[in-house]
Amino acid sequence: MSDADPRRIEGVSALSVLRRGIAASPELRVGMPQTVLMAMSVAGGKLLIPLLIQAVMDLSITSDGVHMGRAVAMCLGATVLVVGSIQLGKLTYFRLVRTAEDVLLGLRVRTFEHLHRLSLAEHTASKKGVLTARVTSDVETLTQFAQWGAIAWIIDSVQIVTVLVIMAVYSWQLTIVVLVFHLPLVPILRWMQSRQLTAYEELRTRVSDTLGVVSESVHGVEVVRAYGHREPMRRRVRGAIEAQFSQQMVAARYFSLILPLSDVFGVSAIAAVVGAGVWWGDAWGVSSGELVAFVFLCNLLIAPISELGEVLDQTQTALAGWWKILDVLDTEVDLVDPVAPVALPVGALAVRMEAVEFRYRTGGRVLNGIDMEVVAGASVAVVGETGSGKTTFARLLARLADPTGGRVLVSGVDLRDASSEDRRRCIRMVPQDGFLFDASIAANIAYGRVGATDDEVTAAVEALGLTVWVEGLSDGIQTRVGERGEGLSVGERQLVALARAQLADPGLLVLDEATSAVDPETETTLERAMERLAAGRTTVSVAHRLSTSERSDLVLVFDDGLIVESGPHDELVQKGGIYSGLYDSWLGGTRQAL
Amino acid sequence: MPESVLRRGGRLVWRSLRLHPWAHGAGIMGANVFALAVVGFTVVIGRITDEVIVPGLDGDGVSRQSLLGAVAVVVAVGVIRAVSIMVRRWFNMLATVSTQRTWRRAVTDRFLDAPLAFHQRRSAGRLLAHADADVEVATAMLKPLAFALSVIVLAVASLVSLLMVHVLFAVVAVVMFPTLTLLNRRFTRMVEAPAAEGQEAVGVLSGIAHESLDGVLVVKTLGREDAEVERFSAAARVLRDHRLTVGGLRARYAPLYYSLPQLGIIVVLLAGVWLVDGGSVTIGDVVRAMSLFSILTLPMEILGYLFQEMPRSVVAMDRIDGVIAEPTEPQSELGLEAGSSRRTDEIRRPVVVEFEAVGFAHVDGIEVLANLDLRLEPGESVALVGATGSGKSTLVSLLAGLVPPTSGEVRVDGRATTTLGPEGVSGSVATVLQETFLFADTVRANLTLGHDVGDGELAAALAAAAASGFVAELDEGLDTVLGERGVTLSGGQRQRLAIARALLRRPSVLVLDDATSAVDPVIEAGILAVLRRPFDGDNQVDRPTLLVVAHRLATIRLADRVLFLDGGRIAASGTHDELLELDAYAALAHAYELASGDLTAGGQAGGYG
Repeated sequence: MSDADPRRIEGVSALSVLRRGIAASPELRVGMPQTVLMAMSVAGGKLLIPLLIQAVMDLSITSDGVHMGRAVAMCLGATVLVVGSIQLGKLTYFRLVRTAEDVLLGLRVRTFEHLHRLSLAEHTASKKGVLTARVTSDVETLTQFAQWGAIAWIIDSVQIVTVLVIMAVYSWQLTIVVLVFHLPLVPILRWMQSRQLTAYEELRTRVSDTLGVVSESVHGVEVVRAYGHREPMRRRVRGAIEAQFSQQMVAARYFSLILPLSDVFGVSAIAAVVGAGVWWGDAWGVSSGELVAFVFLCNLLIAPISELGEVLDQTQTALAGWWKILDVLDTEVDLVDPVAPVALPVGALAVRMEAVEFRYRTGGRVLNGIDMEVVAGASVAVVGETGSGKTTFARLLARLADPTGGRVLVSGVDLRDASSEDRRRCIRMVPQDGFLFDASIAANIAYGRVGATDDEVTAAVEALGLTVWVEGLSDGIQTRVGERGEGLSVGERQLVALARAQLADPGLLVLDEATSAVDPETETTLERAMERLAAGRTTVSVAHRLSTSERSDLVLVFDDGLIVESGPHDELVQKGGIYSGLYDSWLGGTRQAL
Repeated sequence: MPESVLRRGGRLVWRSLRLHPWAHGAGIMGANVFALAVVGFTVVIGRITDEVIVPGLDGDGVSRQSLLGAVAVVVAVGVIRAVSIMVRRWFNMLATVSTQRTWRRAVTDRFLDAPLAFHQRRSAGRLLAHADADVEVATAMLKPLAFALSVIVLAVASLVSLLMVHVLFAVVAVVMFPTLTLLNRRFTRMVEAPAAEGQEAVGVLSGIAHESLDGVLVVKTLGREDAEVERFSAAARVLRDHRLTVGGLRARYAPLYYSLPQLGIIVVLLAGVWLVDGGSVTIGDVVRAMSLFSILTLPMEILGYLFQEMPRSVVAMDRIDGVIAEPTEPQSELGLEAGSSRRTDEIRRPVVVEFEAVGFAHVDGIEVLANLDLRLEPGESVALVGATGSGKSTLVSLLAGLVPPTSGEVRVDGRATTTLGPEGVSGSVATVLQETFLFADTVRANLTLGHDVGDGELAAALAAAAASGFVAELDEGLDTVLGERGVTLSGGQRQRLAIARALLRRPSVLVLDDATSAVDPVIEAGILAVLRRPFDGDNQVDRPTLLVVAHRLATIRLADRVLFLDGGRIAASGTHDELLELDAYAALAHAYELASGDLTAGGQAGGYG
């Protein structure tokens, strides 16, 4: 489903969203009839006034004098009912809010959980932002709707229906007059609403345009200054601000027209009611009390219609958001745990791939048939250009996704047959981006294994030769790393990730090396840590360092989804193939006599 | 302090009123007409009850003219009421949006005109928030302004109308109006804290979601899904609890607020019947009073809304003022002239670059450079080498005239950069920075920056920067649009475009601050070789002075001379091999070598052209 228009969904009716939504959130169905009943009584409370007026005018202020007693009785009765409806209103409102919040909580947590269970194939970089939005902003849109729009729909619809019923009881003829003057509103309001929506959409585009230009003036301030580009930039910024301003006024047109329009129809209805009611009232059996009540009832009709008109916009956005959340919940989880798991051996693991293929759900074949074998304890370097499939290869080894063809075997066990605990214990992937949680270094390292003790954390740090570096930090091992580890440099984040892997002590280590420029001081520490980490286990490194592939027992060269060369470093260099070419280009750069 | 919020709110309104008096005036007038029309309508309904409805149905009937007259009056007052709403909304919106425009322009102008230190002290995100969110929030209290001000007129008109009927009704009104306002105020105050906590909880939840999903790979590899879900659920439950608190408050308040006028109507009705009995008022008068009570709630709400928005608007206004009050850069006459004409068509003169006893300290006092001396001879290629954080980028900024030195003087062609200003310096010095910044515009526009450049020169610059190849392969070549809505280039391609852009300025001094880090080393060597040749192929021109900050040994070795930046000053200068005698330098070089063994940097499909 495209995200081009976040507000509308093609070819999906509101009813189907409601149906699907209610099916997914059973909390909604609980107590629905009671809620509707309560809403009816709340609406009923408002209708008391016209009824009371009619009763008093007809029964109390009559041709044969004023009957105070009756008036007092009726007014007292009405007061009791109004107070009752206030209490009922409190209960109704609170019920609605509680139901809504329960539904939202359920949706939030279930969507979040589902997102985590989805295989990594769904979590590509481009989709990550979109998916996060489901669980945050889309649910928030639903929340706002639940707080206002949903309640408005329920109460207002009930009110409109009840008013019309009472009107019909008084005089069906006058009711028809009222309807005649209100019905044209519906198509007119809808037309204006859609024009208004378009205007607001265009406004949103202009707002983001303005943000974009201002953002450029801020992010590129040095370039703007250094290249004397200030005035052109200023013109662009002002242009965007102007465009936004003029579109705001276009949208203002609809904003200023919609309410007055409803008002005019409402007033015309009242005028028509008065005219027809007085002229034909006797023939139709309408009393003066009833006619006055009718006027008050008309006011009770116009208000909910206007409110529903304004809620339409919010409703559409909310429905679209709900649909997208439901879509996420319905996405299949492809990584299924085995029914009868086979245990993985302890210690270094051997790896074998047989005719492994992988393609994304949306097409695009990434691996076209991989066959390889590595003995336990060996170190492998995987080399290739971006897009050659080497990263996917690494992910399949850690079972972050299942191959779409062929199988991946670890010490003779198909990865799909291994239990998830076994997998996590024996296979570890250290990803490229050095992501850390907003906690201390010690805590981040401890995440490597459940129940790890402080001693074990320190031991892991020592084993990799990182003690000196850790002690050089402001708070030592308790130093907090900040959001996503931004308190540390890229290289330092990798150091923590390596220590975490050391603590986990996996039989198979899959290492996706960082590509971004690493500060040279950390580089030496990193080199040594990686060497030590690789000892005693099978290591598969997606290599970006010359030294890594030089050091390893086996080099696999990937190209376009296939392994095109494989063998130890020296052999491949002699061969004069792709690897040799890569190696040469680096030779020229670095290996001349220092 | 509520007192000062009110005063600051008043000042905000006054500033906007002075900026756009006519729009505000029309809006307020429309609002007042609306208030009068609303009261007028109730009067009309009352009179019609007496003169048309009761006689017509209970009495002897009415003439056709009277009836038509009554209908016409209802429609007329109704139309006036509707039109006044339109006028109020349109002009109020105009005033609000015009104010936004004015303040946005002021803020963004400041971004362009403030010295670079201003930008360095603030995150880009916060600056954007000033231009967008803060302006929106600051003007939020202007939106209900016209309506809110007219509530006074409404109150007075209602009281007058009721007094004209009977003082008893006025008494009920005087009890009712303020009670409603007080209820509203009380609710807003009570709900403020839990509502704010709710908003914060949303932020926390959002943060957890973002962090967790950003690191989804790590979460999976660590098997921490359950822990993450638990963390998220806990935060979601906190949010729900806050929302329930707010909902509970609203549940207690809203039905009461909306039903109070109804109780008022019942009282009015009862009193009215009693008065009708005594003959002091007519039925129509009672209807008039009741109609008035039924329209009370909305205006009270609008007033409440105004007071609700005021604190937030005032705070946002303070933030905006904080930006607008910043000093601008001193505009030097010399600078403006030299920079705005990109370069003269004359042959580039070689110039000398000098740093004399230059020191630079950050705003927080941390000294980066101290007593630094250097001199670049015309046409030299010099490599600047130093450990991370040694001040290389600061040196580059000083050279580009982007920041003034805290002490000492930086001179280009004998003139101090502080006199020339960045625009003046840019006439002679072209910088290619570490972070390549390209505008969301065509390739051509990014290269020429709006200046007039011949196609031949454009091609030559692209060739020198080894960028002709990939540009030619773009769908629309030079006219391809870059950026989020256009084509995204790889890091190396962007850097090469930035170099071409710098070359088009025909600079006397070209500074590359780690500007080829993403470019394949073979390609890089090619570029540097070209740069060290005379630029303009045909004419014999002195090549530009080249200052290169680099982390690659290959790059460093290509230079005539190496400057080693250490301890805030140039610790040594000489050829690469000479400097290897120094322990500190040798260690750095070794580290560079290790880091350099990158097997896939670049890998540019476009090759080099």
